Amino acid sequence: MLGKQFTLRGALSALAVTAGLSAAFGAGAARADGMLFWSTQARPVEEAQAVREQVLAGFGAPVDFQPQDNGPFFTRIQAELESGKGTIAVLGGLHADFSTLVPNMIDLDDVAGTLGDAHISQTFTGLSKLGTDHYKYIPWMQASYVMAANKKALQYLPKGADINALTYDQLIEWAKAMKDATGSPKFGLPAGPKGLLHRFFQGYAYPSFTGSVVTNFRSPEAVAMWDKLKELWAVAQPASTNYGFMQEPLLTGEVWVAWEHTSRLQDAFNKMPDDFVAFPAPAGPQGRGFMPVLTGLAVLKTAPDAAESKKLISYLMKPESQVAMLKATGFFPVTDAKLPDDMPASMRISGAAIQAQSGAKDAVASLLPQGLGELGGRFNKVYTDSFQRIVLAGQPVKDVLDDEAKVLKSIMDEAKAPCWAPDKPSEGTCPVN
Amino acid sequence: MISKRALPYLLLLPATVFLIVFFVLPFLQVAWYAVTDDGGFTLQHFETMRQDWKFMPALTNTFLLVIIIVPIQIALSLGMASLVTKMKTGRELVLYIWTIPLGISDLAAGLIWLSILDQTGFMNSVLFHLGVVDQPVNHLLYNDYPALIAAVVLAEVWRSTAIVLVVLVAGMGLIPKEYGEAAEVFGASPWKRFIKVTLPLLRPSLQTALILRTILAFEVFAVAVALTGTNLPVLMSETFHWQFDLQDRHVASAYALVLLAVSIAFTLVYLRVLRVREEERA
Amino acid sequence: MSAVTETEAAAFVPADARRAGRMLNAAIIILLCVWVLLPIYLVLVNALSDPQTVTGWPKHFVPTFDLGSLSFFISYAGVLKALGNSVVVAVLTMVLSLGFGAPAGYALARFDFPGKGVFRLLVLMTRAFPLPLLALPLAVMFIRTGLDDSLFGLALVHTTLALPFSVLITASLFSGIPFELEEAAWTLGCTRLQAVRKVVLPLALPGIAASGVFAFVTSWNEVFAAAVLTIRNRTLTAFLIQSLDVSPLPLKFAGAAVLVLPALIFLFAVRKYLFSLWGIANR
Repeated sequence: MLGKQFTLRGALSALAVTAGLSAAFGAGAARADGMLFWSTQARPVEEAQAVREQVLAGFGAPVDFQPQDNGPFFTRIQAELESGKGTIAVLGGLHADFSTLVPNMIDLDDVAGTLGDAHISQTFTGLSKLGTDHYKYIPWMQASYVMAANKKALQYLPKGADINALTYDQLIEWAKAMKDATGSPKFGLPAGPKGLLHRFFQGYAYPSFTGSVVTNFRSPEAVAMWDKLKELWAVAQPASTNYGFMQEPLLTGEVWVAWEHTSRLQDAFNKMPDDFVAFPAPAGPQGRGFMPVLTGLAVLKTAPDAAESKKLISYLMKPESQVAMLKATGFFPVTDAKLPDDMPASMRISGAAIQAQSGAKDAVASLLPQGLGELGGRFNKVYTDSFQRIVLAGQPVKDVLDDEAKVLKSIMDEAKAPCWAPDKPSEGTCPVN
Repeated sequence: MISKRALPYLLLLPATVFLIVFFVLPFLQVAWYAVTDDGGFTLQHFETMRQDWKFMPALTNTFLLVIIIVPIQIALSLGMASLVTKMKTGRELVLYIWTIPLGISDLAAGLIWLSILDQTGFMNSVLFHLGVVDQPVNHLLYNDYPALIAAVVLAEVWRSTAIVLVVLVAGMGLIPKEYGEAAEVFGASPWKRFIKVTLPLLRPSLQTALILRTILAFEVFAVAVALTGTNLPVLMSETFHWQFDLQDRHVASAYALVLLAVSIAFTLVYLRVLRVREEERA
Repeated sequence: MSAVTETEAAAFVPADARRAGRMLNAAIIILLCVWVLLPIYLVLVNALSDPQTVTGWPKHFVPTFDLGSLSFFISYAGVLKALGNSVVVAVLTMVLSLGFGAPAGYALARFDFPGKGVFRLLVLMTRAFPLPLLALPLAVMFIRTGLDDSLFGLALVHTTLALPFSVLITASLFSGIPFELEEAAWTLGCTRLQAVRKVVLPLALPGIAASGVFAFVTSWNEVFAAAVLTIRNRTLTAFLIQSLDVSPLPLKFAGAAVLVLPALIFLFAVRKYLFSLWGIANR
């Protein structure tokens, strides 16, 4: 009997305590904790913390920096847009993240006007208008993809190969030599679900082999490229399909040579600066393809106080803030902010490789996809699917390319997107030949 | 006095109202996306889904995982539950240990098992110390389908058997001891007692555990992604991929409806099968 | 085993065969304990080791007791508040899902009425549909009604996840308790409610506690809705854990440990409630 009464009373008091607690915590909801800075960038926990402590602390007003995975990022944005009531003050994201939000972002021409002497490159300011006549986002930070190698791998370089001017053939030969010597494949690619491999095809392989990304998608040159990539894959670490950030297998020694986003290499470079080198991506018959990464800052129409949001953007574009971001995230300034002498090792190592890559005689610069809007994800899927079908599943190259070319064409038609570099400028929609 | 006929509805009212507001309404909004395009009715999104080359693998992988995982978990939990109810000392401690995975999210479970099965993980270290391998061997190769399935099964069985165990143990606690004792007096062996006495009396709990685990097993996702990357697509991961990476709500919602349909179909089968047996008994 | 099963009557089993059976049972129990505990031990080894060891190979099975990775999380600003938020949301979820779920479970177990099948189906559907897709309409609704960014609002969403289970689990428990017991109580002058409270509830309590614990951990581990629906009032998972997949290995494992430990402690704290009541239930 006692027991029963005890449980009932226990349940009731638990209810009362919870109600009290939630009232106490709920009261905090109304209190403003500063502007909400909603971002897909600087997600790794220690980067996020560095952004808060080293970049945003100097703003003067409290800023609540919340890096998010794509899912929560877009769900929250869409919910705020649909309900017409926003909490998010500033958005931080990739060029591609913004392309779906064009009609819902306020123009930032006035902010861009105050940045006159920051000298953001024309390419970037052009991209940031997202096909309109106005700045839809302010270019924030940039990065690129380079090759990284453990110094142990250098002894297996093919004879006569210059690490700063490798070709795809030499890379394959190198990877094969390492595999033969160590008994385990030592070349790796970020082909996991969080990996950025689609950019390897769009910005590196396709431009190097076909001088194009869209138009020559299923050309004979493209067929030759996929055959080469199959050769490369045969001597690559098969665990690549699990890799998201190549710094991890590089640090564990599972992989010695890799292609990767510079900020996803920084942990390896910083922890073991004397063990790694960075160098430009290899070249194909059409040259040395490479692609920049561009992040930006934007304000949604639903932002609670647009003037405050713009103030934060201006602050983030100051040279000091850009340098602080560089240290916190491994992304490089888009402005000509003077780089400090005490840069982390990763900046030194990857900075030199980026320069060598974009400055190479045979460089083929590739821009980020433009004008695709919300079809950007589907566009990427064409390239990753081609890879998975041709290289992983072993389906016939020609058939897969014909198949995926249809999908690609329907995407381009739906988006009515004109060509972007390295494809030649088009009249109207970019053709898929 | 509340009439006897109204009473069940009154009892269901709070839960029903709650589910209508927080599930049915948003669900209808999402389901709407699957069959419309710019306001007009269309089946195009289901067609897009079906034609995607990952749809069939995702469907078969999901089915395969459910069909392997759920029976293992039920059998394992039945064994564990009968072992633990026989214990005289230390029962509480053993139960506590066995139910620990209950508190572990699929995200954490994926990380934990990756640290074991990974190329530079603990399993390879053991093999190395035993002299089986002299350098890290990758056990989660993209083209080693059985290994990928086995890894996900292992991690899922580890993580989510506890909920089945808890339901079955609670159910066994309700079976009066006298039944078993009576059977013992009549000379039934432990195995016979289990089959003839425990299992039939456990049917409500067993049915619940089965339905519950099956529905959850269809949503297997985080563990599969952690251990196999994109090499073992499942329905849930494709739903997420379309919704958040490809930003196509329509196709994502078509995927979600397929997921819903197959898990409901499965549970209806359970309900039917177990109900028929009940009638036979009566 | 076979020696035991083939014997006609348990009473005639020779003493040494019985002892062998007991030993075998004990061995299986210990093996199963190791199976559950070993992975957790290994993640703790990683969490308590220095970064070089974590990325190194072959792995050691004893930690190097380096608190660097763990202290990163513990010193993370706001981690205590997030922990508090998680607990509040989880407790609210537990209370709500039992409050709504147990009466419904009782109705399913004790009555036959038109619409029973439909309700059961509704409950199942709730859990068979992926929640992250529902997050958008829910978030729109919450922002419009002011439930957005409140712990109570998040608990409501988590309750939709937990409610199906509490309905099903309690229904199976109630139908396992002989209806005759209730009827006996009525003949002794109890009202229906009194009979439930004095006869049925005490018997069903361990199972109800189990479904409550399940509601608690469901809420505790939920990331997606928490990330979308809370801004200033983040839960621990939304605050800390959702970016683990893109963080360096040592932090991944330390984060996993941070996520696992509170759940272990919670389960330990409620284990009495969960299991010791069996003594009563068995009678």
